[in-house]
Amino acid sequence: MDSVAQRLSVVGAGAALELRGVTRLFGALAALTDVTITVRPGERRAVLGSNGAGKTTLFNCITGDFPPSSGTIRFFGEDVTHFPPYERIRRGLRRTYQISALFPGLTVQDNVYLACRGVSRGRFSFLRPGQNDALMHAAENLVQAVHLTAVKDQRVAELAHGQQRQLEIALALAGAPRFVLFDEPAAGLSPTERAELIEILTSLPAHIGYIIIEHDMDVALRVVERVTMMHNGRIFKEGRPQEIESDPEVQELYLGGGHE
Amino acid sequence: MSLAHDARVTVRPTAAVQRSRLRGWPEIDNPAAWAVAAILLIMPLIANGFFLIEIFATTLILGLMALSLMFLAGYGGMVSLMQLTIAGFSAYMVAVFGVSGNANISLGWPWWLAVPMALALATIFGTLGGALAVRTEGIYTIMITLAIGAAFYYFTNQNWAIFNGHTGINTVATPNFWGVNWRADIPFYYIVLAVAALCYFAVDYISRAPFGLALQGVRDNPRRMAALGFNVNAHRVAAYAFASFVAALAGVLQVWNYRQISPGSVSVGACIDILIIAVVGGITRPVGPFIGALIFVLLRTFALDFLVKLGLDGNRFRLLIGLGFLAIVFWSSDGVIGLWQSWRRRQRSGAGSSSGRRDRESGQRSSQGSRHG
Repeated sequence: MDSVAQRLSVVGAGAALELRGVTRLFGALAALTDVTITVRPGERRAVLGSNGAGKTTLFNCITGDFPPSSGTIRFFGEDVTHFPPYERIRRGLRRTYQISALFPGLTVQDNVYLACRGVSRGRFSFLRPGQNDALMHAAENLVQAVHLTAVKDQRVAELAHGQQRQLEIALALAGAPRFVLFDEPAAGLSPTERAELIEILTSLPAHIGYIIIEHDMDVALRVVERVTMMHNGRIFKEGRPQEIESDPEVQELYLGGGHE
Repeated sequence: MSLAHDARVTVRPTAAVQRSRLRGWPEIDNPAAWAVAAILLIMPLIANGFFLIEIFATTLILGLMALSLMFLAGYGGMVSLMQLTIAGFSAYMVAVFGVSGNANISLGWPWWLAVPMALALATIFGTLGGALAVRTEGIYTIMITLAIGAAFYYFTNQNWAIFNGHTGINTVATPNFWGVNWRADIPFYYIVLAVAALCYFAVDYISRAPFGLALQGVRDNPRRMAALGFNVNAHRVAAYAFASFVAALAGVLQVWNYRQISPGSVSVGACIDILIIAVVGGITRPVGPFIGALIFVLLRTFALDFLVKLGLDGNRFRLLIGLGFLAIVFWSSDGVIGLWQSWRRRQRSGAGSSSGRRDRESGQRSSQGSRHG
């Protein structure tokens, strides 16, 4: 793993992602309250917290799946608060879903091809990709990167759970991602698959930063350099993994139930 | 489950190789498809004028309308009940801009001006309707498109200035050039066949092009498509535009076929007939709508005589269609195509061991279930 300084030199200064006072209400329930986070380009961060802490809502606000009720979101300096999701994605933001959000009626190759096509031109093209289509090759490489070449012509509905989780990651790495949000990528994976996941995450190019939501501390703390703890929709604590792990308040929250 | 998985691994590779080799045109390798194409081409030698027009040309025209619905529903997951309305609008525009017996309404343009105008206006009409419909999902899409269809039907009934009220527009002129009367049975059959074949191959081709793949992505998971950089609503509206163009082509052929257009042709019942045709045939592949249309036209034409012979009211042919519809929806999630495919599967696996068959079928079923779920 490269050092933080090395990665920063690759991408330059300035925040990759900047949330200011982001609040999201569902009726009377505040899923997020006044969340302010700054993530540097290339930074890798874990968001921890019990169920209902607002982690996934945070992701949904960042990608625009749900707009925030108030606050601003900047992506590489640009105010994207009111952008639809696809505009944010085209600017280099990516995400994976906690529950695999794939296209079960299409093959693995077509799933990844769509991901590549979504962040490039010709989304409405009526012409089939030819033998030497660049995006087709890009898709094949991605399929290979997540070890799914053997099943690339199978429909996604026929894949095993672990394979679907790998495909989920492949879809988020299409094109030229600048920042990725991983929502519990290890959910339901076997120990071997977890090791593969860690390998994929740590071998991402240095300029790609990410936020990962992960309950498995072994996975989370091995692939990040910074941790944000959330509790009841608020930022509870921020720090380096060792600090967070040994923090008595965090330990009480994590080991002592969490819900109030 | 692990058994089923193993069975698939051994079965798949050949299928995968075949699929990638034939990624272009799956029909090229299929002798049955060649046989059907040959029969359709030499049909005028076999069939008399009645069969040629009343059965086959009519089947192809209705099949085209149902094809436009199949494109939206099968690839896009959008059930539109206004495809017949778009065709009817196009037919009306041909009559209004072209030459007809109602000289006070028709503008008398030559067909080569009236037809592009009708196609353009009907495509715009369908695209605008689609732009309204894409803001909704599922049953609400059905309701909005049905409302557009019903509104158009009542509007044509009551508007005399353009649509000539309930009498409609009669004796619409048909093209006549190069010394050929193109509405004569044989030339007209070939025009219809050419348009139907063109649209069929276009839909098949687009289903594997980026636009069609993205549409299937929108069907499977619109939210993820947005998270991959696609403007989902723009994609849906574009699908409506394409489907509207196909329906508009069918409308032009229909008004040339009957030489008249009246509100009866755009009634709500007729809108629903298109849905029935598409569902009975099967909406996962473009050939389905044409199979459904053939069944529908055969029933509509011959069930009457058949029922009268049984001593029943001939107008009860819809009862037969309804029962057939029920049976097919009950036995197959994908119309006649689905029945055919499951029959073929059973034939093929008859040679293999019974346990292998069970595994493969259960795998198929579970994958279908998750897809429709």
